Amino acid sequence: MAEFLQHVVNMLILGSTYALLGIGLTLIFGIMRIVNFAHGELYAFGAYFVYLVAAVCGLNFFLAILVAIAAGCVLGAVLEYVLLRPMRGADIDTTMLITIGAMIVMQNGEQYIWGGVAKSVSTPFPATPLVIGPIAISWLNVFAFVASLTLIGASYVLINRTKLGKAMRATFQDRDTASLMGVNVQMIYMATFAIGSALAAAAGALLGPIYVITPQMGNIASLKAFAIVILGGLGSIPGATIGGFILAGAEEIGAGYISSGYRDAMGFLIIIAVLLLKPTGLSARVERIG
Amino acid sequence: MRRHLPFLSLVAAATVPFWVQDPYFLNTFITTGIFIIAAMSLNLLLGYTGQLSLGHVAFFGIGAYTSALVSLGFDVELFGGIRVVHEPWPVWTGIVIGILVAGFFGYVVGKLSFRVRGAYFVIVTISFAEVTRLIALNWVELTQGPLALNSIPPVTLGLPGLGYYDFYSKQSYYYLVLAVLAVCYVVISRLVHSRVGRAMVALKENESLAVSVGIDVTRYLVLAAVVSAGIAGAAGGLYAHYLKIIDPDVFLFVYTVTMVIMVITGGKGTLAGPVVGGLIFGFIPVFSRSFLGPELQWIIYGIFMILIVFVLPQGIVPAIEKWFSSRNPKPAPLPAQTQVVETP
Repeated sequence: MAEFLQHVVNMLILGSTYALLGIGLTLIFGIMRIVNFAHGELYAFGAYFVYLVAAVCGLNFFLAILVAIAAGCVLGAVLEYVLLRPMRGADIDTTMLITIGAMIVMQNGEQYIWGGVAKSVSTPFPATPLVIGPIAISWLNVFAFVASLTLIGASYVLINRTKLGKAMRATFQDRDTASLMGVNVQMIYMATFAIGSALAAAAGALLGPIYVITPQMGNIASLKAFAIVILGGLGSIPGATIGGFILAGAEEIGAGYISSGYRDAMGFLIIIAVLLLKPTGLSARVERIG
Repeated sequence: MRRHLPFLSLVAAATVPFWVQDPYFLNTFITTGIFIIAAMSLNLLLGYTGQLSLGHVAFFGIGAYTSALVSLGFDVELFGGIRVVHEPWPVWTGIVIGILVAGFFGYVVGKLSFRVRGAYFVIVTISFAEVTRLIALNWVELTQGPLALNSIPPVTLGLPGLGYYDFYSKQSYYYLVLAVLAVCYVVISRLVHSRVGRAMVALKENESLAVSVGIDVTRYLVLAAVVSAGIAGAAGGLYAHYLKIIDPDVFLFVYTVTMVIMVITGGKGTLAGPVVGGLIFGFIPVFSRSFLGPELQWIIYGIFMILIVFVLPQGIVPAIEKWFSSRNPKPAPLPAQTQVVETP
């Protein structure tokens, strides 16, 4: 029972960061119709940025996370402006090839700058974990969980309560009509990509210090984000949130009760199963976001 | 002239071992040839049916592992204590079985995933490749996992009454790869020039129109997937028996990306495209390795991929064909089958 509870706690913590990753990708796919292979690299970028600011420059850990999120946002905007804007209107395969190119460049750039050795970030949290009954949680995990939930809440507010969110929803439903209503669609695309990238960077900034940071971490993150998004239904934020927790749960159960070697296989098995059984994902409302 | 170009290229390629003595260069020719075969198989799906399979390396790896395991033998215990013992078989049977098994997985993936198209198809194929990689990594009893399958025997061919011939030297292996490449080229060429190929292109151009004139979408797409996977499996088998060692890294996504870059650079939907793209990217490392590390080389690949999509979205071969036909006052009738017009 204690072991099971520990798996549940791990699932909640991991799931909250997966949800961040998934929400970022589902926004980008839903609004821009772009399958973004560089998403995982923004996740790795966030983790490396925390390492840069906190471990290399020696600045405050919390400041480092905020800076990493901001940097992810800026990088997303730049990528959108340079690579995706000129290709507006191209078919989905073409933009996919461009994001794959960006993925290769970013991943090998990280490898070139930081080397292949895994990096770790020391954190200001006490080494003794928080013990509640039979389960133990490190304070860093508690922080990551709270921070992720805050960011998930913030993205709900942004999409449902702000003018920008309303414009994004309008663009998602009907780009041309939104444009006619005075929505600056180019601006919305850029904002979407920047926000999605910032969320991916946030997930990396929060998970990076928990695990280690390697140039390859983005690979598997992209694929996991796809799994989450497909599970939740493309373009659905609640779907991506739930999908993140389901994937984390499947991984915990797979790793804990089947074989730890197959932990990462759970995401792919979920993708294959969902696409074959219920291709619209768990959320039936694929025509709306929010 | 143009009709004889493939044959002339084959003759030119056959002379390579006479003027390339350096084992490193000959090695590059062999691995490039193997990757060209893989790229040609990807092109059948990507270029002719318009389906971007980003898990193509799975078929390559399945061919490699199957062929290696059939020729090495194995002894595994399945669920429920059933023991499967396999004695080593001749290498050529391994390659043939590798092709069949890869083709079978092509059938399964094709049958299942053509229910989902576009972005979903891409993601299903990637997931499939990652699952096969994780199985190769974790099913240690069968695949040795990260320890890799070692001392895979070289290809030997037993001819009745003529004794055995083994492809141990680099020269002989080069001819073997070239022969397989030529056969695959002919198979793909016959396929895409036939009714089947026209049906595939019709599906790619306008699926609803194709369906309305009675083309059975799933049947042709699955056929393309099976042939494509089988050829990729053949390339994988050649790869395994050439390197004589195979590990789960053969399933890495970067190999699929390499094939995709070869196909789109050369020109998807053209027979010569994968060959041209394969030669370019097979030989870039030869020239760049003296002054570039592997990371920088990959960064250049990535930038190259983006630039090709921006500047030359059709690829090199169609651009050259266009240039030739614009120079000739009387344009020769284009080989319509190789020239696939992009929908705007």
